[in-house]
Amino acid sequence: MITLTVNGERVSRHVDPRRHLIDFLRLDLGLTGSHAGCEHGVCGACTVRVDGEIVRGCLVLAASLDGAEVTTIEGLSDSGEVADLQANFVARNAAQCGFCTPGMIMTAADILAHQKDATRAEIREHLAGNYCRCTGYQAIVDAVEATLEARR
Amino acid sequence: MKWPAMTYHRATSLADVWAAFAAHGPSVTILAGGQTLLATLAFRLSEPGMLLDITRIPELRGITLQGQVLRIGALTRHVELGRDLLVRQHAPLLAQAVPHIAHPAIRNRGTIGGSLAYADPAAELPACAVALDAVVVAASTAGERRIPASAFFTDLLQNALAPGEIIVAVEIPIQPSLAAIDEVARRSGDYAMAGLAAAMRVHDGRVVAPRLVYFGVGRGPVLAGAACRALEGRPLTAESIAAAQAALTTDLDPPQDLHGPSEMKRHLARVLTARVLNAWLRPTEMAA
Ligand SMILES: Cc1cc2nc3c(=O)[nH]c(=O)nc-3n(C[C@H](O)[C@H](O)[C@H](O)COP(=O)(O)OP(=O)(O)OC[C@H]3O[C@@H](n4cnc5c(N)ncnc54)[C@H](O)[C@@H]3O)c2cc1C
Ligand code: FES
Ligand code: FES
Repeated sequence: MITLTVNGERVSRHVDPRRHLIDFLRLDLGLTGSHAGCEHGVCGACTVRVDGEIVRGCLVLAASLDGAEVTTIEGLSDSGEVADLQANFVARNAAQCGFCTPGMIMTAADILAHQKDATRAEIREHLAGNYCRCTGYQAIVDAVEATLEARR
Repeated sequence: MKWPAMTYHRATSLADVWAAFAAHGPSVTILAGGQTLLATLAFRLSEPGMLLDITRIPELRGITLQGQVLRIGALTRHVELGRDLLVRQHAPLLAQAVPHIAHPAIRNRGTIGGSLAYADPAAELPACAVALDAVVVAASTAGERRIPASAFFTDLLQNALAPGEIIVAVEIPIQPSLAAIDEVARRSGDYAMAGLAAAMRVHDGRVVAPRLVYFGVGRGPVLAGAACRALEGRPLTAESIAAAQAALTTDLDPPQDLHGPSEMKRHLARVLTARVLNAWLRPTEMAA
């Protein structure tokens, strides 16, 4: 039995030790915004926040999260923290099929929060662990850069 | 693939670890950051009976200066290594290695203890540990045992830990030295195709105790003895650097892998040697 906070709500559940955080969120809690892509740490589609820091949800055991605070793309969107970033994603067509988008936004939010002066090269570096098979990345980097500039 | 069936237990003290080993023996697998272990579970490369989570054990945390040694707890995450002031001051090579390791989300969880224990030949921290002449502190019910990093990585993904032992810390001797790391990887954050962690001192214009450690080119981190001898006691010049590069033919016999053939890897090692050592040419010449 684990008790944790997900997007500000307290949740208690029995979890099988073989459940990773993304399956827990998607299958047990119905929060399908976080995506499971490769499920071995390579693609970044599963990026969520645990205790304020971004992690690969597919490389975290749900059973290990007793007492943790988890924020998913649903919680981040509802908080309004990245409304401007999301508007810039739409404006620049930085989401096409959208599979990578929740992970991209979670990772980009990390840049907005911690690296306010990030250069274009630093944005690319920070996003380098998040794969996108559609956009070619240019529009994504543009959207993050525009958001950073507008916030300065 | 989904993970195999297994049990999970959270240890909150070293005593819990010893009790789990006593009760369940070899079916216990230590879980630290999980950034390698959980990825291998997805491939069913390992099927542990029980995962023993050590991340809540306070004795495995913390970075402290103890006399002439910087002691880094096994649970120190890559992200912490990169920003810790003591590390930046006394073992800057480790901080410099961090941006080369994986990606931010992985660096937020992966630990130095896990990286050393896993002993990936292409990993940065094992090579840095050998370059800095670090000591791995292992513990078991019998107490602590100190293993020089140069003897710790015994073979491909193999380490010198005995059954029932875990890594509790790594100790870095503090000495004024030049140290740098560089690597060639296909994409930022990938494991290196070839890399070099180097440390040395310069005394009266001559190289003292050079340690050139290559990664991604062998069955573990490779301390290049012949290349080091080519530098030892000589001024650092274009000639001595060329001699070190030439000596790599003796030192390195890289297995061919999916990145390419041996000779390509040896070529990359020579390129990295020049990149790292050339950057130190001026201070040496000034000291001479
Ligand atoms: C996509 C991706 C890219 C990566 N790229 C790189 C890279 O470029 N360079 C790099 O170096 N690493 C890379 N890594 C691996 C990462 O650095 C891991 O964090 C690290 O190798 C293992 O640390 P961990 O704490 O996650 O260990 P875990 O995954 O928890 O454990 C790894 C192994 O070590 C054992 N272990 C862990 N802690 C201890 C201990 N204290 N005592 C004894 N045994 C222990 C475990 O039983 C297990 O066998 C990458 C990982 C991923 C998923
Ligand atoms: S699903 Fe986690 S990194 Fe791909
Ligand atoms: S928009 Fe399709 S993968 Fe990125």
